[in-house]
Amino acid sequence: MRLKFLLPAIYILFLLLPIYWLLNMSFKTTNEILGAFTLWPRNFTLENYREIFTDPTWYWGYINSLIYVVINTVLSVLVALPAAYAFSRYRFMGDKHLFFWLLSNRMAPPAVFALPFLQLYSAVGLFDTHIAVALAHTLFNVPLAVWILEGFMSGVPKELDETAYVDGYSFWGFFVKIFVPTIAAGIGVACFFCFMFSWVELLLAKTLTSVEAKPIAATMTRTASTSGYELGLLAAAGVLTIVPGAFVIYFVRNYIAKGFALGRV
Amino acid sequence: MATIRVDNVRHSYFANPTRDEEWALKKITLECEDGGAYALLGPSGCGKTTLLNLISGLLKPTEGRIYFDGADATETTPEQRNIAQVFQFPVIYDTMTIYDNLAFPLRNRGMEAQQVDQRVREVARMLELDGVLSRRASGLTADGKQKISLGRGLVRTDVNVIMFDEPLTVIDPHLKWQLRSKLKELHHRIRRTMIYVTHDQTEALTFADRVVVMKDGEIVQIGTPIELFERPRHTFVGHFIGSPGMNLLPCEVKADKAYVAGRAVKTLTALPKDGTGLELGVRPEFVSFAAEGVPVEITKIADAGRFRIVETRHDGRAIKLLVPEGQAIPEGRAHVKFDPEHTQVYENGWMIG
Amino acid sequence: MTKTVNHKAWLFVLPVVALVAFNAIIPLMTVVNFSVQESFGDNVFFWAGMQWFEQVLHSDRFHAALLRQLLFTAIVLAIEVPLGLAIALAMPRRGAWVSVCLVLMALPLLIPWNVVGAMWNIFALPELGFLGKLINGLGIHYNYTRQPLGAWFTVVLMDVWHWTSLVALLCYAGLVAIPDAYYQAAKIDGARPWAVFRYIQLPRLKHVLTIAILLRFMDSFMIYTEVVVLTGGGPGNATTFLSIDLVKMALGQFDLGPAAAMSIVYFLIILFMSWLFYTLMMRKEER
Repeated sequence: MRLKFLLPAIYILFLLLPIYWLLNMSFKTTNEILGAFTLWPRNFTLENYREIFTDPTWYWGYINSLIYVVINTVLSVLVALPAAYAFSRYRFMGDKHLFFWLLSNRMAPPAVFALPFLQLYSAVGLFDTHIAVALAHTLFNVPLAVWILEGFMSGVPKELDETAYVDGYSFWGFFVKIFVPTIAAGIGVACFFCFMFSWVELLLAKTLTSVEAKPIAATMTRTASTSGYELGLLAAAGVLTIVPGAFVIYFVRNYIAKGFALGRV
Repeated sequence: MATIRVDNVRHSYFANPTRDEEWALKKITLECEDGGAYALLGPSGCGKTTLLNLISGLLKPTEGRIYFDGADATETTPEQRNIAQVFQFPVIYDTMTIYDNLAFPLRNRGMEAQQVDQRVREVARMLELDGVLSRRASGLTADGKQKISLGRGLVRTDVNVIMFDEPLTVIDPHLKWQLRSKLKELHHRIRRTMIYVTHDQTEALTFADRVVVMKDGEIVQIGTPIELFERPRHTFVGHFIGSPGMNLLPCEVKADKAYVAGRAVKTLTALPKDGTGLELGVRPEFVSFAAEGVPVEITKIADAGRFRIVETRHDGRAIKLLVPEGQAIPEGRAHVKFDPEHTQVYENGWMIG
Repeated sequence: MTKTVNHKAWLFVLPVVALVAFNAIIPLMTVVNFSVQESFGDNVFFWAGMQWFEQVLHSDRFHAALLRQLLFTAIVLAIEVPLGLAIALAMPRRGAWVSVCLVLMALPLLIPWNVVGAMWNIFALPELGFLGKLINGLGIHYNYTRQPLGAWFTVVLMDVWHWTSLVALLCYAGLVAIPDAYYQAAKIDGARPWAVFRYIQLPRLKHVLTIAILLRFMDSFMIYTEVVVLTGGGPGNATTFLSIDLVKMALGQFDLGPAAAMSIVYFLIILFMSWLFYTLMMRKEER
């Protein structure tokens, strides 16, 4: 049993190896990458990063991604809040069917929706806008947010609501001033997962944009195919996409276990 | 079956305890005789559960030794100590049937199926579970589950001691009483050492032959329920046990006599020459109205069935007394006297003599 | 919790319904529409009936992609679920290492999927990548862009890298939620580690494990981006899973009719399998 720590340790090492390799590549010159196999950069360079931070097509990719991810997260959680409240507190016509229908959208393969989305958003004139991607991602993030928030809200006793009404709060006064702060942890967890799934998705984001709202991930794939073998640059761009995620994880690390504990992802 | 001795045990949940309050237990010495029924009684945070877990071996003491039948058991596991323990919240293995739950501790020790069956049925009969043995344990109510936890403790014939950690907390009040008498009855039947942790004085006093009263990580008094009631060694015991608790009045000692409010009061115990922080303690049961004595003003009368609790005041200090049914209670001002046989003097909280 | 009947609650749900309906129902109707029509360009459509469905259901290409998909999902589930469970069991429960473990393990989950593919592309390159160099250095000829087996190995390893943490984190959260008293009782009852796992940990993890398996099933069945970036579905069609095939057909060849029919079949398969998993596992729980 003394050796028990070995399994997680080896696993984490396995997780870090490819990430290290990406980091390693990002600090190398193209010559070194193609020239020899080296375990760490011999000619350490920040050239790849400099290029990304000075070339608008690169850094706008990041900004575009962050814009639609944030819009999506805010939108998903905002509309999910009242819905989750309704599911956790009331019974109404068709509630169970509705809940399952919402969840079934989490099972929709983005590949199925790519083309219809393209047509739909072109038809309403939203093609190549941040809103389009943010809206498209609500397909799977809204059901998710409703699911997570409903779990947290069911854990709050109904007496809280009733006490507030007795104390003379209006419904929205109670909801905003008392209920929302009570489930702050749940909102945090919901935001985390919305951010995560919107940030990592590419197929829909790529399909719905061309220039103005092109996400960083798409910039990377197009660069890879057009400008040939710029592995160092690609690696640096990849490293930079890990950074926001790492930040978010660090800030919510104490809530991760709690969010997962609900079994609602 | 074993005599358990806890010898100068100190325990802290901190790695390097320096301050006094970092010790959960401060120097405990305690001996539990074979076959006795003990209760560890005290308010939350007094260290009673810590002491229990030290005896069962779930915790290792920071300092001191624990002996089972004279043999040093400090470093042994709960399994080696051969004990049973029932927890505050019922622990059941919910994928198993009730039968398998009861058989689990025996099967883990490699007992033969036939013997297992015999023991399980015997214990099930004792706990009135014999009709439902094949049911899944997960569907039961809290008290049903706690009965199973109890059953797993009782099913082994060879355990040294059975420990109960506030086992009735989650049980409905009307079932509490039932389970409590069941426990008492079981103890009489099987005569095994039992240690029962609780913060409820009724549970402790009805269950145990000897009650260990604890406070702030220390043992305040060990005694039979009657001793605790009649002769509390510390004002804490006087206050914690009994309902309402003991009256405490400031007193002085002059020339071998105790004085309360300038009036001499006879006491049972010897008196110090003089002293500071002296208090006179007398239970409401042993205070009565009299023609003369300490003058009081009656402030409140509460009916508690067979007697009434009368609250009076003397010089700003409350004195409570119990008056049996049918006995007249004076109005307004009156005098009270204390039964000398049950009146003690305490110095800095501890009884003198 | 007892819920009160209140049909006005629909007003609360309305924004969600509107949003999801816009995103789900309109595109789904488009797909259904395409699946029963024939188009010769210029947005002129003719009724085609069940023709596309018959074509898709009888096409070898679809059968092959479906078979690859099923195999991939089965392999990935068979590795990730036990491995994730084992890691969760071996993780420390308290102390400073817990946070470190959680943060590092969650890291792959927040990397954009194409970056995961790109990262593994670079990592596994036969000459330039650490993994490729290592395997070839061991004397095993390995080149995932040329060998179907090598490609499969890399894709599976990548998925294990990417998603085992999800299973592990779910199981870990489930384990942490088990009160200490259960472990203490088991100790006192003399239970061996195997019995603790079998009778305490596993039953309490059932719910989380169900979720983990469902999620991994759904997501592995929809896998697209990572594999496209890593292998492009090749060599040949060796790693062309359902989503990849579908996108090739719809966006690459603009075979809208068959692609739409395939979409519907694909979606129905996922829904059906998820339902099957769910009911099977829930029924077991009831017994």
